[in-house]
Amino acid sequence: MSAVVPAANDHGPRLVRRSNTSPLYTLAGVLVLVVLLTLAPWIVPAQAASTLMNFFILVIMATMWNLLAGYAGMVSIGQQAFIGLGAYATLFFALKGVNPFVTIPLSTIVCAVIAVPVTLLLFRLRGGYFAIATWVVSDTALLIIGAIPFLGGGTGKLMPGLQSLSPTQTAHYSYLATWIVALVVVSGTYLLLRSRLGLVLASIRDNEVAARSAGVNVQSARRLIFVVAAAGCGAAGAVLAISQPFIQPSSVFNIQWVAEMLFVSMIGGLGTIEGPIIGSILYFVLQQTLQQYGVWYLIIFGSLAVIVALWQPRGLWGAFRERFHTELLPVGYWLIETK
Amino acid sequence: MIWLNVVVQGVLVGGFYALFACGLSLMFGVLKVINLAHGDMAVVAGYVAVFLTPHLHISEVWSFLVVVPIFGLLGYVVQRTLIQKSIDRDPFTTLLVTFGLSVVIENLLLEIYTANGQSVNIGTLISKSWHPASIIYVSYVSLGVLAVAVVVLGLLQLFLSRTGTGRLIRAVADDREAAQLSGANYRHVFGIAAAIAFATVALAGIAYGMMTQFAPTSGGVNLLFAFEAVVIGGIGSLWGTLIGGVALGVAQQFGAHFNPEYQILAGNLLFLVVLAIRPQGLFGRRTALS
Repeated sequence: MSAVVPAANDHGPRLVRRSNTSPLYTLAGVLVLVVLLTLAPWIVPAQAASTLMNFFILVIMATMWNLLAGYAGMVSIGQQAFIGLGAYATLFFALKGVNPFVTIPLSTIVCAVIAVPVTLLLFRLRGGYFAIATWVVSDTALLIIGAIPFLGGGTGKLMPGLQSLSPTQTAHYSYLATWIVALVVVSGTYLLLRSRLGLVLASIRDNEVAARSAGVNVQSARRLIFVVAAAGCGAAGAVLAISQPFIQPSSVFNIQWVAEMLFVSMIGGLGTIEGPIIGSILYFVLQQTLQQYGVWYLIIFGSLAVIVALWQPRGLWGAFRERFHTELLPVGYWLIETK
Repeated sequence: MIWLNVVVQGVLVGGFYALFACGLSLMFGVLKVINLAHGDMAVVAGYVAVFLTPHLHISEVWSFLVVVPIFGLLGYVVQRTLIQKSIDRDPFTTLLVTFGLSVVIENLLLEIYTANGQSVNIGTLISKSWHPASIIYVSYVSLGVLAVAVVVLGLLQLFLSRTGTGRLIRAVADDREAAQLSGANYRHVFGIAAAIAFATVALAGIAYGMMTQFAPTSGGVNLLFAFEAVVIGGIGSLWGTLIGGVALGVAQQFGAHFNPEYQILAGNLLFLVVLAIRPQGLFGRRTALS
């Protein structure tokens, strides 16, 4: 995992590496975690498994938001559009008789397909105008879905196809579905960022003009990321629809989803794979602790996010990484002087 | 006659959208900042008018005389502290910070004042209207808000084009570095622009409370409408914003005429159509476009 760069002028040879620690440790840790989390519904109480599921959904959303904002520089406050569309695509297929679990990949594809024409409109605006326009798109999607009687209109509809299973079976299957989606989304993002596209995104983030002049097609890289993030949020919406069997436009298209994904990725660390996961853990700890005090957890978390954005823009994981030069899931390279 | 009424009602509500939007437009024009908490500031002004000004023995109708100057001051302070700090980082941070503030404000209001609807008490004026033709009713409140919007936009235009401070604001908006070289303190100018923006949004918030009920979550919806008015009218044009607001209002009333559920949808669709065929808006320059 390392290469030697020949000495330049007064410097000694440099080592280019993904990480300071051996990737084997990370791999072993990840494997243990994967096995434990796969077996979790048979080990931990049902309540804990359900909390874990909500945690996975947040991790999926935050990872997608981080991909958009932290890597591609697009602030979207309309990602709930794709969460809602994912949930409703699942409902639609289930109403047509498809097994709800089979619909998850279908709904993901539907969201990706819808995202393509959406980028044609949204990419005409930039910065803050882009951000609010994403919200208009989500508001429009909410209003259109809410006007379709087949999908339950504004009052919502019960997810069919789950009633034939026992409650325990439903709980186990939906846990596994959510966990697999989370695993695919996080590892997919990781691999995506280690690919050539990751390099392209890093070059755009560091200096867009330089990237353009080096032949990077900024627009199409961003478009691809927007579509991937839409697909990921669609998958999150699909598993959300299965885990909360009653689907209502105002809850699946709620802007609170964006507030959560934004705060979680900012506090954990934008532009790192680990950040959104660490942010999600913090969020759940805070939410469970302050549960009986209404929405104070959101107020505290939001204030914390503002403070982090102003004084520690790399987030908790970014600060930790700078201090200890450690990576768990490296997507970039370290340049190490060996002189 | 039915259609004339649709247009009249659309124009009335459009005036309100323009009043709401002009602060947003000014902040973007001068500071290049989109304040995602813009709508929530209006709602806060509404709550201050309803719950706090009665303590000063000022009736709610006249509350704007106190609330608007306070919000102007607040705008200057918030700009010189939080917003300036995020501008110094990068434009990206301003979005994160103002969105964070928006969520925090909304939930604080929810905790303190619950989700119940509130309105600014203006006595019997609320139900009075002018009745020029058989089915056309023009509410005095809406007419007043439209008049206020036109006056505010006119004064703002005069202020920006005729006064020294106005010229300074335009200079900083056009070229910050050059204005700085000529001795302008751009942070102070930013503060003044934010003060005006906050004052107008406070006025809009109180006007909203006079026209209808508001709740902690009303800010977001109105931010959307204001933003749509700005984009439809053309980014960077004050009178364009008024036309955009009116166009949005008329589109919404047309939608509502067919089905009340289509009111907002019709506005959103007009916005998306304008974005598709004329992204610079009706009167805009190509500044916010990539």
